[in-house]
Amino acid sequence: MKVGVVVFPGSNCDHDAWFAVSQNLHHQAEFIWHESASFGDVDAVILPGGFSYGDYLRCGAIAKFSPVMNAVKRFAKDGGFVLGICNGFQILTEAGLLPGALVRNANRKFVCRSVALEIVTTNSPFTHNAAKGQTLKLPVAHGEGCYVADKRTLDQLESEDRIVFRYRDNPNGSVRDIAGILSSERNVMGMMPHPERASDSLVGSTDGAVILASMLAPAPVNTPALAFSGS
Amino acid sequence: MSEITTELIAAHQLTSSEYEKILTLLGREPTLTELGIFSVMWSEHCSYKSTRIHLKKLPTQSKYVLQGPGENAGIIDIGGGIAIAFKIESHNHPSFIEPFQGAATGVGGILRDIFTMGARPIAVMDSLRFGKLDDGKTGARNHRILEGVVSGIAHYGNCFGVPTVGGECVFEECYDGNPLINVFALGVFRHDEIFYGKATGVGNSVIYVGAKTGRDGIHGASMASAEFTEESKQKRPNVQVGDPFMEKLLLEACLEAMKTGAIVGIQDMGAAGLTSSSCEMGSRAGTGIELNLDRVPQRETGMTPYEIMLSESQERMLLVAEQGREEEVLRVFAKWGLDAVKIGSVTSDGVLRVKNHGEIFAEIPNRALANEAPVYSRPYTKPLRAAPFEGPQIHSSNLLADLKTLLASGDLCSKRWIWEQYDYQVRTNTVSGPGADAAIVRIKGTEESVAMSLDGNGRYCLLDPREGTKLIVAECCRNLSTVGALPIATTNNLNFGNPERPEIMAQIVESIEGLAEACRFFEVPVTGGNVSLYNETLGSPIFPTPVVGIVGTLPTAPPIGIPFHHAGRAVILLGGLGSPDPGEFGATQYAKVIAKSLWGNVPRLDMDYEKRVHTAIRELVRDGGVESAHDLSDGGLAVALAECSFGPENIGADISLDSDLAPELLLFHEGPSRILVSTAEPERVFASAKKNRVEALQIGATLESRVLIRNRNESLIDCRVAELKVLWSSALEHLLQSPVMV
Repeated sequence: MKVGVVVFPGSNCDHDAWFAVSQNLHHQAEFIWHESASFGDVDAVILPGGFSYGDYLRCGAIAKFSPVMNAVKRFAKDGGFVLGICNGFQILTEAGLLPGALVRNANRKFVCRSVALEIVTTNSPFTHNAAKGQTLKLPVAHGEGCYVADKRTLDQLESEDRIVFRYRDNPNGSVRDIAGILSSERNVMGMMPHPERASDSLVGSTDGAVILASMLAPAPVNTPALAFSGS
Repeated sequence: MSEITTELIAAHQLTSSEYEKILTLLGREPTLTELGIFSVMWSEHCSYKSTRIHLKKLPTQSKYVLQGPGENAGIIDIGGGIAIAFKIESHNHPSFIEPFQGAATGVGGILRDIFTMGARPIAVMDSLRFGKLDDGKTGARNHRILEGVVSGIAHYGNCFGVPTVGGECVFEECYDGNPLINVFALGVFRHDEIFYGKATGVGNSVIYVGAKTGRDGIHGASMASAEFTEESKQKRPNVQVGDPFMEKLLLEACLEAMKTGAIVGIQDMGAAGLTSSSCEMGSRAGTGIELNLDRVPQRETGMTPYEIMLSESQERMLLVAEQGREEEVLRVFAKWGLDAVKIGSVTSDGVLRVKNHGEIFAEIPNRALANEAPVYSRPYTKPLRAAPFEGPQIHSSNLLADLKTLLASGDLCSKRWIWEQYDYQVRTNTVSGPGADAAIVRIKGTEESVAMSLDGNGRYCLLDPREGTKLIVAECCRNLSTVGALPIATTNNLNFGNPERPEIMAQIVESIEGLAEACRFFEVPVTGGNVSLYNETLGSPIFPTPVVGIVGTLPTAPPIGIPFHHAGRAVILLGGLGSPDPGEFGATQYAKVIAKSLWGNVPRLDMDYEKRVHTAIRELVRDGGVESAHDLSDGGLAVALAECSFGPENIGADISLDSDLAPELLLFHEGPSRILVSTAEPERVFASAKKNRVEALQIGATLESRVLIRNRNESLIDCRVAELKVLWSSALEHLLQSPVMV
């Protein structure tokens, strides 16, 4: 599998994502510059963490206008896997690929710590290697990670089984403890915690590897529950 | 052209003899622009004029040192063709005036010092000192400064994408009107990627890159070289505003541009901005530089040559590119959306020539600015010592209550509230982050890691600047050894009061000599640093506060860590209990927090013994002979034991001592050369101790969920771990939440 890691000016977890995919999980990874109007034959795209365009105006608000986002949208529309981590999640909501928004943490402070996450669904290309109800310990590192959406959207996310992770100890005030969600086609996921920072036991945890490995592994064929596999 | 009056000279903080020297060097009266240029280059901040003759006493060489003091940062070889650059800088004065931006630009400045050499920053640490949070009069202000400084550091470091992996935070009355904000940064590169700030090659182009120049920070360097007065509180416009996003772009663009091979020299525009970067690069290369200021990208209209030369706008670099290859460099900066403009060229005459629209505004030999700054041998007497030799009688009515008070005190409590606001993991190299004895970052692509520790102790240094500084070096090296690292080089930030006062100058001299002696002994040469003087507010100086940062290397491996992990393991005090006399108790945290006093002498240090303890623990940690290790420092044995029990498993210990010492001394003295370990194989610890001729005293065993300490038959401490842990972990938040009278 080959993963493209988008580099916006101000991305700062781009190299970490590249390292996790290529060095920890031994798949191919390459960088995609934000001015690229298209990208080559990648199997998945990661929008990494950081402060794209300085997060001026609003997190992700400028990144959504960058040329590469048109390519990301086309890729997603064609069923390609898109994983937005932290700032990448913020960009996906700004770009309309995912519903809701990420706002300032409830306590108004940046928070960097390891949090416990519940895997709410394994019906996704990003969690099919995990077990439902399983707890992952993943780091968060953000100032604007409080997920908000209107009630209708939240109910819809729940009824369509599109909430992938919930915080067991909510660090930022996200509604309904939401830490990560899927698009309606289930091929686009945004999450505030950092799986790429937890893919190497030397730096603390390998709990994030299951997410990247799920994305990188072909979905099991005989699992009817995996709605995304045919899309 | 304005006339140079006595008032004008004084306003530039130049003495009449310094002005005489300018007249001699130029052979004529300076222009206003030239006066401004001299004033910043000859300021204490840029020229080290009060300390230069003493800094020469520091050891600066070893087989590891590739670059010692004098460049933007020191460089050491860590093997395998890899080198690291590291340095510390203070931003004390700006952080008092405007805590958020002051601290943020402090981070920005030190990061540029690292990447201007070609290294990618991979770690930052901060040493912070504030007035007390619970002070009725100043507590609210200290609280505000702390909040501002921490969010400023977080704002800059997090966005830039460098992990803040450790540091220290201390509260003391003397920092009330003068907080200390010292920022350390470390970067990594290959030997063939090292760049220097040299303007070589006559005819080469001088290129300005990065943010536009504004009027911010004009005379920042001279502000940092004067005491605070009521008037300087009005100097807010002198504080610069940082843009970490711009700095991140600058980092990526500079590292990419360096790869073109067309850059021959590069330096950041830090203190004294365009002035220092140009004349220092010229001076190092023995060349001249001609600048055309009309080409400098400007953020404001109508800026004078004086203002452009002295501006301290952030996120700017000056580089020299090979003639004919400018386009290769400019292309990279264009890709990153940054201004990059040729503003001048390298000349052969050694002169800094400043032109604006063809008119010459300054012509000064580079050497005169950078190398012929006045050097003062300031008179010194005996160090100022505002503390008695005799202290109060120490008799505790409740040792457990004392321990709880200590664990909940500002200096000793958990600093999680601070470090959780920092991204300490970005770049996924952080093997050991905040809260450890020393931070460890691995170097990707190698089998090596780098460990670093930052320490200071104003109380020790007030009592005895020489011995106090030696103790700080010893503790830094002990911290590194405790995580398995071999200490190899030092950077230092000397924070002192007004050097024109002989009793303050004496503190400086004694401290530098102590630093020199200890760094020589522990084989950790000094590769650079920073001096921050005039840390006084309304005539009252801070404690002498040298802050020492030492780096070491170790093979990459999972870290050992402080906490006990299993019950029933042997607890051994490597180095022994120590034998303090009561006169050495007056600088301890116990004296500060419980006795509320400061007296006597600092703990005795036997450097030779200390070093052997380091060797022993380093071997044990590297070879897996211990399961946990924590050095004894602030708060002594009882506090260290409590900290070892604060792991996720709440494993405490059952300790039985056999000592003639008074219980207060036994539990809380801060004698050096001691490390607390837990192990399943005590014989390995004893063997290593014997080999290194140090004591290893088995004092008990680990125990689930309780901390018990007995001396002979007397119970000293008996408490549940959870009870101590909650006090320790929530104390800072409580201190920040409790209402303070304004």
